[in-house]
Amino acid sequence: MSTTRATPAAAPPTGSGGRSAGPGDPDPHRWRNRLYRFDLRYTPYLLVAPFFLLFLVFGVFPIIFNGVVALRHWRLDDATLTGWAGLANFEKLLTDDDFWNALYNTFGIFLLSTVPQLTLALVIASVLNRRLRAQTWWRVGVLLPYVTPITASTLVFAAVFARDTGVANWVLSVLHIGGAEPIDWRSAKWSSWLVLATMVNWKWIGYNALLYLAAMQSIPKDIYEAAAVDGAGVWRQLWRITVPMIRPVVIFTVVLSTIGGLQLFTEPMLLEQNAQAARGGANGEWQTIAQLIYKVGWKDLNLGYAAAMSWALFLIIVVVAAVNALITNRLGGGKR
Amino acid sequence: MSTTVVKRRGGRRRAALTGRAPADTPASIWNYLFLALVFVFSAFPLYWMLVIATSTDAALAKLPPQVVPGDQLLTNLREVFSLQDVYFIQSLANSAIVSSVVTLSVLFFCSLAGFAFAKLRFRGRNVLMVIVILTLTVPNQLGVVALYIVMGEIGWNGTLLAVIVPGLVSAFGVFYMRQFILEAVPDELVEAARIDGATTMRIYASVVLPAVRPALAVLGLLTFVGTWNDFQWPLITLNGTDYPTSMVAISDLASGNYVLYRRVLAGALVATIPLLIMLFIGGRQIVRGIMEGAVKS
Repeated sequence: MSTTRATPAAAPPTGSGGRSAGPGDPDPHRWRNRLYRFDLRYTPYLLVAPFFLLFLVFGVFPIIFNGVVALRHWRLDDATLTGWAGLANFEKLLTDDDFWNALYNTFGIFLLSTVPQLTLALVIASVLNRRLRAQTWWRVGVLLPYVTPITASTLVFAAVFARDTGVANWVLSVLHIGGAEPIDWRSAKWSSWLVLATMVNWKWIGYNALLYLAAMQSIPKDIYEAAAVDGAGVWRQLWRITVPMIRPVVIFTVVLSTIGGLQLFTEPMLLEQNAQAARGGANGEWQTIAQLIYKVGWKDLNLGYAAAMSWALFLIIVVVAAVNALITNRLGGGKR
Repeated sequence: MSTTVVKRRGGRRRAALTGRAPADTPASIWNYLFLALVFVFSAFPLYWMLVIATSTDAALAKLPPQVVPGDQLLTNLREVFSLQDVYFIQSLANSAIVSSVVTLSVLFFCSLAGFAFAKLRFRGRNVLMVIVILTLTVPNQLGVVALYIVMGEIGWNGTLLAVIVPGLVSAFGVFYMRQFILEAVPDELVEAARIDGATTMRIYASVVLPAVRPALAVLGLLTFVGTWNDFQWPLITLNGTDYPTSMVAISDLASGNYVLYRRVLAGALVATIPLLIMLFIGGRQIVRGIMEGAVKS
């Protein structure tokens, strides 16, 4: 750009002062001025437009449309079976044993994973918060699970928890834990939930630890010094100072793991020998709701019913996340 | 400062009495042991993937299990890549295409929008930003049934477009770029550029972009990893086609009544390596990025 023409742009955007700068040749300046005002006023919208357009079409619309689909008959195998179903899909939901079983499984696995996950993350974060050698390497190390594809890690865990050749059973037998028979991890609810919770915990502990660590580093140091003078030990400091001080991040992670935990999909899918059947065990021992939605929609080809389920799941997530946030908030507040 | 206290005679006791913040306390041997344990736990599945991927069926059936990698990696890989109905090479290429396009697009559009939200004045800015933040908490996954129908209407189901286009922008990206630009780009710099006659796009290109390179690196890494690892939506829209992503291909490998783990995990290992390389190169940035995202929440 030439440097001699800097003056017109300096004119106030609403005034017409730019025109007087070139009386002999007013047109280019007026044009420039108009362009400048247009740029100032409308370019911001152009910049944010791609996000909102794409989000509207592929984010908001599907969720609303999902509501419409949930109220219709919509089958993939029989296009003639359309039309309003009213609340039939939702009524079916209420008496569907598969749905309640999946809901039960989802909550069980969710509880088994969230609580140890966040507690351990807190402990790891507080250790990472010490003065450490090779600090960065420890932090990168805890992120190994985060970058590993869930499909890959799930299959490894599936092999580890195999009944006859799995390492888990071998370790248990060496330690003389459990009975003489190897545990068939996939045959009971408790064992399959434990396996899935292990996978989820493995994946997210490090990530949560880093979130906590970030928050811990902004706690003023003199608070700890004062607490130590008052005789508070390491654990007391952790629960009485650190946790309350990082409460916003704790709430954030609780909400985040609620949203993630209730939508658990990849792990239960691939724990199964025949992954794409989406049964979640021979008798649905560990079938989660997200998995059931996939089965109903794309195996049973009943999209309308699947849409109703995902709406129900959505409402459940909202309620649980809100309740969790509220409880966490209270707990933290009580400790102040 | 506690350091001066420590140097005195009997300093250790004094230090214990006055106390030090955890961040000033040197880690004890127990802390290191604990972290080492955590590291072993984190790395174990990766290591075990390597063990299984390099072994024979006979070696895997043995008890006690073998704990060192075998020498059958090439054999297993050859089997994976030559499988007829899984298209493994194609799937790796597809994953690379999808992840690269999505990452570049997220970086471009989110930095544009983040710039607008951070530094430009326009009507409705605050309302729109609140919408972005609310979006962060809405799981898009819950619209999959309808999204599948929409994609069917457009005719994109079974094509890479169905996976790419919904990922082109991300609310997290907009939020993240806005936070970074707010701090990294001084208002004065933007105003000075304006006075010099720069257009908004010119300011974006010459002032904002150079200043946000670190944030772009972080967002790029996170987006690439996330997109590469995505499973549910690609499975729904690409399953059964000749164009799966590598994650769908792996689940294809693991489907059937008789799963050969050595083969599946040889494939999984290949699909994991790009991400490990990214963690190795950009680990510091990824860590910083995640931590920066947290403080502001």
